[in-house]
Amino acid sequence: MRIGLFATCLGDTLFPDAVRATALLLARLGHEVVFPPEQTCCGQMHVNTGYQREPVPLVRNFAETFRDASLDAVVMPSGSCAGSVRHQHGIVAERYGDAALRSAVAEVGAKTYELSELLVDVLGVTDVGAYFPHRVTYHPTCHSLRMLRVGDKPLRLLRAVEGIDLVELEQADSCCGFGGTFALKNAGTSAAMLEDKMRHVRATGADVCTAGDSSCLMHIGGGLSRIKAGTRTLHLAQILAATRTAPHALTEAAR
Amino acid sequence: MSRAGTPQSTNTFLGMPARPPRVPYGEGNLRGEQAFPRAAAGELRNEQLRRNLGRATGTIRGKRIAVTAELPDWEELRDAGAAIKTDALARLPELLEELERRVTERGGTVHWARDGAEANEIVTRLVRATGSDEVIKVKSMATQEIGLNEHLEQAGITPWETDLAELIVQLGHDRPSHILVPAIHRNRDEIREIFLREIPGVDPGLDAVPEHLAAAARAYLREKFMTTRVAVSGANFGIAETGTLGVVESEGNGRMCLTLPETLITVMGIEKVLPRHQDLEVFLQLLPRSSTGERMNPYTSLWTGVTEGDGPQDFHLVLLDNGRTAALADSVGRQALNCIRCSACLNVCPVYERVGGHAYGSTYPGPIGAVLTPQLAGMHAAADDPNSSLPYASTLCGACYDACPVKIDIPSLLVELRHQKTEETGRSAERLAMRAAAAVMGRPRLWTAAQRTARLGRAVAGRDGTIGRLPRPLSGWSDTRDTPAPPAQTFRDWFASAEGAAALREAAREGERRSADGPAHGDDQQEDQ
Ligand code: SF4
Repeated sequence: MRIGLFATCLGDTLFPDAVRATALLLARLGHEVVFPPEQTCCGQMHVNTGYQREPVPLVRNFAETFRDASLDAVVMPSGSCAGSVRHQHGIVAERYGDAALRSAVAEVGAKTYELSELLVDVLGVTDVGAYFPHRVTYHPTCHSLRMLRVGDKPLRLLRAVEGIDLVELEQADSCCGFGGTFALKNAGTSAAMLEDKMRHVRATGADVCTAGDSSCLMHIGGGLSRIKAGTRTLHLAQILAATRTAPHALTEAAR
Repeated sequence: MSRAGTPQSTNTFLGMPARPPRVPYGEGNLRGEQAFPRAAAGELRNEQLRRNLGRATGTIRGKRIAVTAELPDWEELRDAGAAIKTDALARLPELLEELERRVTERGGTVHWARDGAEANEIVTRLVRATGSDEVIKVKSMATQEIGLNEHLEQAGITPWETDLAELIVQLGHDRPSHILVPAIHRNRDEIREIFLREIPGVDPGLDAVPEHLAAAARAYLREKFMTTRVAVSGANFGIAETGTLGVVESEGNGRMCLTLPETLITVMGIEKVLPRHQDLEVFLQLLPRSSTGERMNPYTSLWTGVTEGDGPQDFHLVLLDNGRTAALADSVGRQALNCIRCSACLNVCPVYERVGGHAYGSTYPGPIGAVLTPQLAGMHAAADDPNSSLPYASTLCGACYDACPVKIDIPSLLVELRHQKTEETGRSAERLAMRAAAAVMGRPRLWTAAQRTARLGRAVAGRDGTIGRLPRPLSGWSDTRDTPAPPAQTFRDWFASAEGAAALREAAREGERRSADGPAHGDDQQEDQ
């Protein structure tokens, strides 16, 4: 398959390891990864903060960049960005776009997937041949869980990883408290939610807390780092991309 | 009634406003004194409150999941509930007129109240006409919303709340903090202290055993039931077809109020109307299972007008708008009127769980309150209205949507209201920042340049590669979280580099080698072949 990769603005700038892992994983599975350099940001932050007029150029840029008929699918290592593309772009285009934008958005939205969806539903794999001999706990991010309904796909992928010691997270499906600008506008409440999430993560004794969204991981990881908890956060793609021959390359490069 | 999409102000006719009025400023209990983040900060410091709330919502959550899972047609019931409500709201005028006709036919009197002030006056006038200077009250959101108790007290009429939790709140000179369990923020010991202080003649040796507390309240209330001649109630449902009103509750105190007095005055929000008696089948399943996690609520009271020799002989129904037609005129927001006040969304909301109901400043707290309150009472964003902070009191995690028995898409409504708020505000520093970000991110070359600048953040990072404290408005974030410094290389630079290309080629080769060797262990694709 020819797969368009959307790095997301956060992934491209702050968490390239997660995007690199996504690209290497897809290449290892025999697919051609295409990275259109015109891509920037999906506009989720704008829409979620209450601005639907401002992100029109972002929505347009995304649709034009990924409409390319030679792409069989578009993937992004972020549940919330995939949710934004599939659900919010339509709302914005409906309100402020022209007919061309509305149809482009619908077309691209229909072939857009979050990583675990692409792997399990489209490519039909759960065992991606990964090797990761660590104790891991998984936090299902709200948007993957409730906007995309990825269900247990990420867990099925993780369970198939060789050497992994996957431990269950208590109250896994309760929100970590990030919520984009919520963490700024309601910093106190966000911190209270984070506190509980970190307590549950630490109780698992895991070395690594993983998830399918770098933004939630930035929140949880930032908190764990502040209290020097010793538990690391790693994107799901980084675990799935790790192999016996290249166990570390994904987490240490480019820091 | 004007509809969404009607251009504002231009097509007024016969003196009708283009938009139906919202609740007037400063009236009733639909607006707090502080914006949400500020009000929440106070509540977050209250450790006791957080413990009480965490325990209580956790218990109800578990019960709800267990009893909804046992119904094989739960999803169909939710769809049916949503469809009936949507249909009822679509033909609201017609159904309300039918309800009025039926109630009148059966000997009741119907009053129409445009807002809380009108409703309060109507109720006060009706109570005065009976000659009574006190009323017993069935727990009611509508009368709470319009501040009826305060109004009655000013008129020299004493309202007695009879719902146990509502009584605790009233005696504690407190405000309800939950739709269904108004005293959820209180624990037994606190309740004991309130009773000892406020109930005349209570046994000074009263302990905090729930049964003993309930007995003390019962003795106190029994006397009120027997001596008060007027009752005020809300209604969970009003059936247009038959003119029947309904209240569901779990203590039976409501039924005492509905049957013992001579006069009964019911205040009902106009969105509570249901077309047919048969519709109750759906809602009497959805409501108790979603609200208290019970299969059935213990007391369902239905009454139709006046029945000679049985129950109140004088019945009044006050139909309350108070911003509801304004909400109905919003093509996206009107969904919120489908709410049956079950409180499931409160109990699953991680924000509500941490801050409690008072932080929302309204009779309607939690996720539904965050959308309903601004719709009923407006956001008046320019005046720094606390209500304009409510749509932001959510991480958009979506738990409320999943729990709602009538499938109200609360996260989407929150996003819509945020949009309405920013449109109302016009220019602001935030909008300028958003516009600037969009201007950069809308142009790939500018964005790439901006990414390079962002890497300057590396200079301020500590030796562990993280950034500690950040300046305002980011300090709220950096108070409790470290931020990773931007790595030396963006993904796009890596992908375009020779190193990136080589790594991808190597990964592809490794994949080929593996499939040639066969998979190390089971693979879906391979198993299929
Ligand atoms: S919005 Fe839904 S879940 Fe919340 S109180 Fe109303 S009916 Fe219940």
